[in-house]
Amino acid sequence: MEETKINAQPIDSKIPEGPIAEKWTNYKAHQKLVNPANKRKLDIIVVGTGLAGASAAATLGEMGFNVLNFCIQDSPRRAHSIAAQGGINAAKNYQNDGDSVYRLFYDTVKGGDYRAREANVYRLAEVSNNIIDQCVAQGVPFAREYGGLLANRSFGGAQVSRTFYAKGQTGQQLLLGAYSSLNRMIHAGKVKSYNRYEMHDVVIIDGRARGIIAKNLVTGKLERFAAHAVVIATGGYGNTYFLSTNAMGCNCSAAMACYRHGAYFANPAYVQIHPTCIPVHGDKQSKLTLMSESLRNDGRIWVPKNIEDAKKLQAGQIKGSDIPEEERDYYLERRYPAFGNLVPRDVASRAAKERCDKGYGVNNTGKAVFLDFSEAINRLGIDVIRQRYGNLFDMYEEITDVNPGELANEINGVKYYNPMMIYPAIHYTMGGIWVDYELQTSIKGLFAIGECNFSDHGANRLGASALMQGLADGYFVLPYTIQNYLSDQITVPHFSTDSPEFDAAEKKVQKNLDDLMAIQGKRSVDSIHKELGNVMWDYVGMARTKESLETALKKLKELRKEFETNLFIPGTQEGMNVELDKAFRLRDFITMGELIAYDALNRHESCGGHFREEHQTEEGEAKRDDENFFYVACWKYNGNDETAPTLIKEPLHYEGLASEGRSCHGWL
Amino acid sequence: MHDIPTDTSFLEMMDILNEMLIEKGEEPVTFDHDCREGICGMCSLYVNGHPHGPATGATTCQLYMRRFKDGDTITVEPWRSAAFPVIKDLMVNRNAFDQIQQAGGYVSFQTGGAQDANAIPISKEAADEAMDSATCIGCGACVAACKNGSAMLFLSAKVSQFALLPQGKAEAKRRVKAMLAKMDELGFGNCTNTGACAAECPKNIKLSNIARLNREFLCAKCSD
Repeated sequence: MEETKINAQPIDSKIPEGPIAEKWTNYKAHQKLVNPANKRKLDIIVVGTGLAGASAAATLGEMGFNVLNFCIQDSPRRAHSIAAQGGINAAKNYQNDGDSVYRLFYDTVKGGDYRAREANVYRLAEVSNNIIDQCVAQGVPFAREYGGLLANRSFGGAQVSRTFYAKGQTGQQLLLGAYSSLNRMIHAGKVKSYNRYEMHDVVIIDGRARGIIAKNLVTGKLERFAAHAVVIATGGYGNTYFLSTNAMGCNCSAAMACYRHGAYFANPAYVQIHPTCIPVHGDKQSKLTLMSESLRNDGRIWVPKNIEDAKKLQAGQIKGSDIPEEERDYYLERRYPAFGNLVPRDVASRAAKERCDKGYGVNNTGKAVFLDFSEAINRLGIDVIRQRYGNLFDMYEEITDVNPGELANEINGVKYYNPMMIYPAIHYTMGGIWVDYELQTSIKGLFAIGECNFSDHGANRLGASALMQGLADGYFVLPYTIQNYLSDQITVPHFSTDSPEFDAAEKKVQKNLDDLMAIQGKRSVDSIHKELGNVMWDYVGMARTKESLETALKKLKELRKEFETNLFIPGTQEGMNVELDKAFRLRDFITMGELIAYDALNRHESCGGHFREEHQTEEGEAKRDDENFFYVACWKYNGNDETAPTLIKEPLHYEGLASEGRSCHGWL
Repeated sequence: MHDIPTDTSFLEMMDILNEMLIEKGEEPVTFDHDCREGICGMCSLYVNGHPHGPATGATTCQLYMRRFKDGDTITVEPWRSAAFPVIKDLMVNRNAFDQIQQAGGYVSFQTGGAQDANAIPISKEAADEAMDSATCIGCGACVAACKNGSAMLFLSAKVSQFALLPQGKAEAKRRVKAMLAKMDELGFGNCTNTGACAAECPKNIKLSNIARLNREFLCAKCSD
């Protein structure tokens, strides 16, 4: 195993001076601005149209910059932010329950297991209120009370009701709001929209990001775009695991292109796993569907006590409702009597995996546990339960053909209803491209926003905070901070794409595509991607060890070889070739997988979404090591995908909060 | 095709078909898809004569193979509309929808200038109804279902959302005229109140949105 190289080079996160509550105000008061007449001389590329990308492109356009906005979908409105269900947090304190900017800041840092950069999180909490005002002004139809004022719900990890929502489609409504502002700017000619375009590389001239090479997915041709600055808003890397709650097209290739040019990649090991998804039903499955976490309020999670019963369930000889109460192991209630089925996401996920690994899984693949409503239905009646979860029951039935509200059996006078089957799935990635306080990467003129950067969630993200961060970055942070960079660029004329740097970049991208087409092996992209997903899930998943991570790195090396020698892409480079586009992304997922493993191997502690089995308390809780790992792990590329990256540490300094421990007794 | 598990979604069946084709060295069938949970509006297959297939209130990605019988022949076509030209196989270009939105589907409001979110109370009924209209995913099933290839249900959903909310009032007249003019310009047909659009809509957008659109348009024209 190669030793991880550690670079002692200092890292400048550009955190402004002053007390935590005044940093952002101070920054804005003293930053450099670009005057209105000069803004129209400056071009900005924004890659991505999710909450971060669309809100940034629209706002930069409103300010007067010339914006070029790219997305791989057929319309900006289809970016995966659209699928977010729950809601968006803000410190409005409309419910008069004691909320404040400080409290939202505190909860977010604590939820992130004290691994986030404090100053960024405070700013996030500060601008959260502006987001709600902004969205309402756009006509986003948030849920309201009868009095006509906005409604709130509570979410995990908070003692206050601060989550704003629009049915179970909050992400959709917020994205359509940003999309409407974007459309206004497209109509005004300030934003030019490129749909079905995929960024393949970023072009660096004299150490600054000056453009991109993008593939027109319809014609198959490479095109060049120049600008004074480049903003990446291309989401997370969850699809490295093949199966996740991400959309099929979500990928990390734009982020990997920046990484290969020397942009640091921060905390890749921090991956969030959601405990209540519909399990994998077979090897033909393409994605996993999330079931709302609220089901754990009334559902009880169990597997059989006897391994024989589990085997019969796996063979399809009996059903869950055939197993009586006394033969069931409600393992969360047994292991965590104080919190029972409502333990935090990561604890519930790991416990399900532990049972299934021991052979107690309840479906044909052995990778599922039951979520049972029998006790709640017997106590409250089916009508009450359907009022609470009816839409989720219907959704579950549509997908699995099992109705969880249906009476299935009666044993010794006790009624048993069909249980749901659930299993954890990859959901969100907290790690991402490293950015400083200005959201600028370690490459000048290259910015990263939204899930694509690492900045605000530490080792674990709280519910309803992803939408908040995407819109904070896009509406209220980047449009300010990017001006501090652009202010001295006003004398730089519009760039031409006719330069040696663009020639070289396009040539490199073309060679990569030619190489992929030339492999002409036997295996489809998906078959290799599924294998990658299995390696990642089994060895770099919910519970990691030194051995598992070393095994993963070995297997990923073999898998890269398999990809490079045995991949088959039908068709040609002319016109649309979906398989070629998928192969381009898969190459980067393999590199990303290695990066996750390197980071997880280096981090000898458990925190948030990263769990090392060697580092746990007696109760099986994550055990942090603040003395040795109170830093952001930034990974620097070493010239080729085969060589291990170099670790650079950004030490964390907390002024506002003292770091404290986390246990199921003190937390949630 | 053989041995398709009943728990397979329609799009996973398409994945299996494509894997088979690739194994034989042939090119796979190109189709649009992304979130696979019924919200992004990307999937757009015309299955057995229905946009999004036989299930009601569901997108193609929410259609499961247990809906079909062993031995069935399934006909799959792309969306059929002059305004949605085919790009390749089952994939069409729905850029016309974006253009209709760009013509006026927004509140002209600049980032940073908003008043407090609770400054204007909006009745729960109006907010809920606006939300029902805003649920449209822009998939284009309404156009594909319409014998005239009209985009009225799509357009009316956006116009209704803003017509129901105070934020949309200031520009209501300009909006409805601009969006309708753009729809006509792009080659969509007109509405003859057949209602196929609402019957096939995966998000159950109501036909009453079109009535509201017509009223908004008449009011706007009358005050010209």
